[in-house]
Amino acid sequence: MNLALEPISTLRARLRGREICPRDILAAIRERVEELNLALNAYVHHDWDAAMAEADRADLSLPLGGIPVAIKDVISVRGQPCTCGSRILQGHVALYDATVIGNLRRSGAIPVGRLNMDEFAMGSSNENSFYGPCRNPWDTSRAPGGSSGGSAAAVAAGLAVAALGSDTGGSIRQPAAFCGCVGLKPTYGRVSRYGLVAFASSLDQIGPLTRTVEDAAIVLGAISGHDPADCTSVDTGVPDFAASLGGGVRGLRFGVPKEYFIPGMDPAVERAVRAAIDHLAHEGAEIVEISLPHTEHAIASYYIIAPAEASSNLARFDGVRYGHRAKDATDVIDCYAKTRQQGFGKEVKRRILLGTYVLSSGYYDAYYLRAQKVRTLMRRDFERAFETCDAILTPTAPSPAFKLGEKLDDPISMYLGDVFTIAVNMAGICGISLPCGFTGGAGARLPIGLQIIGKPFDEATILRVAHHYEQTTPWHRERPPL
Amino acid sequence: MGTVNIDVAYVAHLARLKVTQEEVEAFGGQLDGVLRHIEALTRLDLAGIEPTAHAAPIHNVFRADQPRPSIPPSEALSNAPLAANDLFITPKIVE
Amino acid sequence: MSPMKTDYEPVIGLEVHCQVRTRSKMFCGCRTQFGEAPNALTCPVCLGHPGVLPVPNREAIVRTIQTGLLLSCDIDEFCKFDRKNYFYPDMPKNYQISQYDMPLCRGGGVTLDRFSFPKDAQDSPCAAARKRVRLTRIHLEEDVAKSTHFETTSGIDFNRAGTPLMEIVTEADIASPEEAFAFLTALRLMLVQAGVSDADMEKGQLRCDCNVSVRPRGQRAFGTKCEIKNMNSISGVRRALAYEIERQIEVLGAGGRITQETRRWDDGIGQTSTMRSKEEVHDYRYFPDPDLMPIKTSDGLLDEARTRLIELPIDRADRYTRAFEVTEYDASVLASDLDMALYFERASSGASNPKGIANYLLNDLLSALTSSGKVIADCPVRPEALRDLVSLIDGGKINSKQAKEVFKEMFETGAAPADIVKSRGLEQVSDTGAIEALARQAIDAHPGPAQDFLDGKASALNFLTGQVMKLSKGKANPKLASDIIERLLRSR
Repeated sequence: MNLALEPISTLRARLRGREICPRDILAAIRERVEELNLALNAYVHHDWDAAMAEADRADLSLPLGGIPVAIKDVISVRGQPCTCGSRILQGHVALYDATVIGNLRRSGAIPVGRLNMDEFAMGSSNENSFYGPCRNPWDTSRAPGGSSGGSAAAVAAGLAVAALGSDTGGSIRQPAAFCGCVGLKPTYGRVSRYGLVAFASSLDQIGPLTRTVEDAAIVLGAISGHDPADCTSVDTGVPDFAASLGGGVRGLRFGVPKEYFIPGMDPAVERAVRAAIDHLAHEGAEIVEISLPHTEHAIASYYIIAPAEASSNLARFDGVRYGHRAKDATDVIDCYAKTRQQGFGKEVKRRILLGTYVLSSGYYDAYYLRAQKVRTLMRRDFERAFETCDAILTPTAPSPAFKLGEKLDDPISMYLGDVFTIAVNMAGICGISLPCGFTGGAGARLPIGLQIIGKPFDEATILRVAHHYEQTTPWHRERPPL
Repeated sequence: MGTVNIDVAYVAHLARLKVTQEEVEAFGGQLDGVLRHIEALTRLDLAGIEPTAHAAPIHNVFRADQPRPSIPPSEALSNAPLAANDLFITPKIVE
Repeated sequence: MSPMKTDYEPVIGLEVHCQVRTRSKMFCGCRTQFGEAPNALTCPVCLGHPGVLPVPNREAIVRTIQTGLLLSCDIDEFCKFDRKNYFYPDMPKNYQISQYDMPLCRGGGVTLDRFSFPKDAQDSPCAAARKRVRLTRIHLEEDVAKSTHFETTSGIDFNRAGTPLMEIVTEADIASPEEAFAFLTALRLMLVQAGVSDADMEKGQLRCDCNVSVRPRGQRAFGTKCEIKNMNSISGVRRALAYEIERQIEVLGAGGRITQETRRWDDGIGQTSTMRSKEEVHDYRYFPDPDLMPIKTSDGLLDEARTRLIELPIDRADRYTRAFEVTEYDASVLASDLDMALYFERASSGASNPKGIANYLLNDLLSALTSSGKVIADCPVRPEALRDLVSLIDGGKINSKQAKEVFKEMFETGAAPADIVKSRGLEQVSDTGAIEALARQAIDAHPGPAQDFLDGKASALNFLTGQVMKLSKGKANPKLASDIIERLLRSR
């Protein structure tokens, strides 16, 4: 048995039975990281000694006692680098723990390592990383998805038991789909954003990437909860997600939005998702066709709101208080401009420019305000849909993992790939992606993701549906050929 | 669809981002493409629709006026590219 | 020919930045304290570290609403915070959390009372006009850091960064440097008395930018304005405006044009000079701060602010002149110090001569406090004791010279005036028989002056009264003594 590949429930039982100790799990992970990270580039930093020391102090009676959880390089862990995959934060050491890190520690978990990502979480391929792209464990010539590519690849390849990612427009769910693991974007306000380096503040959420739905439920339970340090965190009860997994799907009604099966989408994806829907119907769920009429405007409004907020959020990276500073500046204005020129990558610059433009004088009403209104329409779409169904079933992404470099200089085509995930962020609701099949034919078998979208703060239902689907299908047992 | 002609140099200046002439051209083309895609929104009838700024309709989220310990100056300055006499040092600020 | 100053009229609007008095900063728990070691009052939040989030200080919001109520502003039900985006090294996030189109307070105004004007202008007609300067708005934002400039570098101290800051914006209602002075003096007094700010200009707790233009008298359109920065006292604002108005008139009079620009005041040489000649494009890209939730003032905030309302100093002074017949000047001095005003009100309660109390307070009591380095809050003389002292004088029980002696002891020991009078045997002699005996004695001893008086030399009476006082060891009622001497002499 390789401990790095076991689900949390198994590890917990063995830890409590004193068959293994937390060190053993870390050692197994370390061994795999040393063996595979060179090829995958999932981790950009790790401090095994610190993790081992923390493992030795772990309280095994806690829900995640002794379980290592790997962390995306965008979440602040005191004393560790936090670089967001960017040159501009090279050398930066975080001064404080994000609230989710405190929550994990209180549950007994050990935060481990820093996972690769698209710079400042901007991207869908993990190619926009200062550290170079992370690679898809199913086919290392392909992208692991993004922006939480490192998180998905590490979990899928057994370089981590579980990982935290962040999702602004699909950045947890899309890489989970590409790498064949489970990724959950919680309802906005469910998980504290304090300590998550902001991309688009009104859309960002931290969530788990795991190999099983049960593990996602366990980690979500540990990181959730109201945080007075985050005004957008909602003070609502956190159910025992893991305890409510066994309810099955009989009697549930699932909506299938007609707008989510679009021309040009990969036929293998459509086939797999349709099969998954049929499977759930066969398991006793009722399937209804629904309409989310404003879906077509999702990407346009997202690519106004997210860059606008990002352009402001990323203004603080100026080389004054931390991070990279250009050497040859004549005065402070010049220093800013050169520091930011050297520190940010292409995609980040593109989005800063786009966001600055849409907020600039004379354009606010035409762009930002309109996008916020479209957001209202998208929320209403979902509210109306949820009057007739308990959850919504869609593909996670229109295609399986694409080749590295394939879309690098075609931002629009890259942006269009987020079409199925963005609406969930815009509406502030929750969604989960889990494997629902593989591409066939010649070449590598690539995983395909099923997205289940839930009502606000109803993660319990989508976890329950996902768990039932997972337990009645073989996909989650597949491992990448490493 | 009409062509958008984003003034990359002006926007880059607002964003304090130095750009080369090649970048001005490359970004200009790409951003025009994105903006053309976004243009569709400007044709939507949004009369009477309230904007959504926050996902959750909550208000008055505050803290009490309770001081908490600060961090030592050495820690505040620990990530600074340049510091002296407990101050962050920058190239000369010209007003 | 040089232009006549009177051919032009100035138009002035002010933007006043005022630190709100709170214990902790606007969006984090760091203390707000002036004069600490550099960067000793910082944390990841006020340093703008990656991933931090702001949480608003409720007290700062309540105090801003309180200020708005005090200045008769309208308080909207819904307000919000916005981000004002611009790059400057003293801004940790390179955006300032501020309020754009939904500020906490709108409208309102400040009435300029005569004694808020500079001393040398208090007798001018505009000082008496009780002009009301209208406010545009008051919004709440965060203060920036402080930078120090060296030869080739600058140093930044983030202690001040994140201190709650109110911005009070006036309409262009101010017509002279003296009115600007009066506005700031009156405003400052209200802020301090309401406890919403310490408003110490030297500590930068109150800062003022002036927008000033001039136009030919009678012209409706505004002239081109300049913004003046860097004044660190109210009198500095007056001087800067006076200089700038004269400069603009001179330029226009010589056929020149005013360029819109920001000018810096140098108090040392008494001149303004160009700070930014070419105005940097201001494109602040305001948008609602997604990290902060809307403010609903009707949900507790407004009610709480209402419980903290105080009487405006100008209203208080008016009440004193009306109800206590105190002079306008004395009333404004009393009302300018809340502790003194409260002392005065306690002392005057039930008193027959509040004006006498005001006199005693503003003269004897204040000078005693000053020379002993005390403030009125720890005055050893209780207000009731001061009232008793004044009524002893008014009732003719002691004369003013004795009163000074009694007051001195009251101030030193805190004893009641009646007890001091008794223990010192100072009771004034108003017994006509006793005084008459002494008067005869004095007249007999000084026949010369007695004759002088009869010959028409009035001052001789004072001499004889003095003799009676001497004989009575100061206890005689001097008025009575003088009357008796005069009667005795005339009846001779």
